[in-house]
Amino acid sequence: MNGPQDLGGQMGFGPVAPEKNEPYFHADWERRALGVTLTAGAMGAWNIDESRHARESLHPAVYYASSYYQIWIKALEVLLKRHGFVSERDLAAGKAVDPAATPKRVLKAESVPAVLAEGGPCDRPVATPARFKAGQPVRTKNFNPTGHTRLPRYARDKQGVIEAVRDGFVFPDSNAHGQGENPQWVYTVVFDGSEIWGEGADPTLSVSIDAWESYLEPA
Amino acid sequence: MSHDHDHDNELDPFAARVRALETILTEKGLIDPAAIDVIVDTYETKIGPRNGARVVAKAWSDPAYADWLKRDATAAIESLSYTGRQGEHMQAVFNTEETHNLVVCTLCSCYPWSVLGLPPVWYKAPPYRSRAVIDPRGVLEEFGLTLPAEKKIRVWDSTAELRYLVVPMRPQNTEGWSEEQLAELISRDAMIGTAVAKAPA
Repeated sequence: MNGPQDLGGQMGFGPVAPEKNEPYFHADWERRALGVTLTAGAMGAWNIDESRHARESLHPAVYYASSYYQIWIKALEVLLKRHGFVSERDLAAGKAVDPAATPKRVLKAESVPAVLAEGGPCDRPVATPARFKAGQPVRTKNFNPTGHTRLPRYARDKQGVIEAVRDGFVFPDSNAHGQGENPQWVYTVVFDGSEIWGEGADPTLSVSIDAWESYLEPA
Repeated sequence: MSHDHDHDNELDPFAARVRALETILTEKGLIDPAAIDVIVDTYETKIGPRNGARVVAKAWSDPAYADWLKRDATAAIESLSYTGRQGEHMQAVFNTEETHNLVVCTLCSCYPWSVLGLPPVWYKAPPYRSRAVIDPRGVLEEFGLTLPAEKKIRVWDSTAELRYLVVPMRPQNTEGWSEEQLAELISRDAMIGTAVAKAPA
């Protein structure tokens, strides 16, 4: 979706302002926000693509006014309600009022090291051979889906070159919506800065994205 | 000054909101608060940019390892026991005399947790995410890094599940240094691409 998350090339946000010796957390609630988000995700009711889509579906005014941990928590409330774990009445009361759906699993403290170490690999076998090969020119599609996609607006309808054929990966555009993993080949596609930004582009710049096969057409 | 009030009432509204959510989920038996403690401890004390610095220092010291890292970063990094969440599919990109690499995630906050730990606030915030792809030189200036005008810049937008680690160039006058000494020259920002390796003191 053309949502607030799709930031590449937008203007007006000001300088980056890196913080010297930045701590991992700026308040204790950020620690709990990280942990609540990961433990709730471990229930197995949604996947990473659905959680990303919940975040980018926040109203743009909310998204831009929120820190990243705030974005996580606001989206997590949406996911927990959607999947029947938490109700509006629970949130209003600040305690458990209504019964909850049954999770696939509950992450216990003793399992955390193994679960974090394993992660969540999302490479998958793809039955068909890769359509493109390294060095081949390609053009990204022009589309504006209302659902989740990982093709940024700045890289749509642009000509680039396949730099590398990666692996088969879960297709987020369907997986985010409960429509299956439908794995596709993923490619690193590199574009000249001028192809993307046109007049005035930095002549030394090239930008790459990692693109699923259905985002691409032969050029 | 009187100090007899309930400290919970001092929580700012967002802290209260997070606490309420944790309470609800705990009361329903959906999460284990002790698991949260372990997660926080892991990312606050165990997994951080020292991991990535060890990878880079080894690549500087051992050409065979550097070659492996170039070909199969996931396996090469796993051999140092750095695995797991947001490091499942790693790619190492090497700075050269000709090209400087810079990593961003314009669409969210994708970042190689297994080697760099949790991302800094600026990496996740709109100024960096919006400008890294269109004005990388301007962004780097804000980090105090001015690249030569002829240096090529390659920006890697982490739009899929590959996670990128920048391997900065080894500084001069570090011949014979141990990997431990070399690792001290490698900052988190150098492995994102918003800095270069430090010069030896």
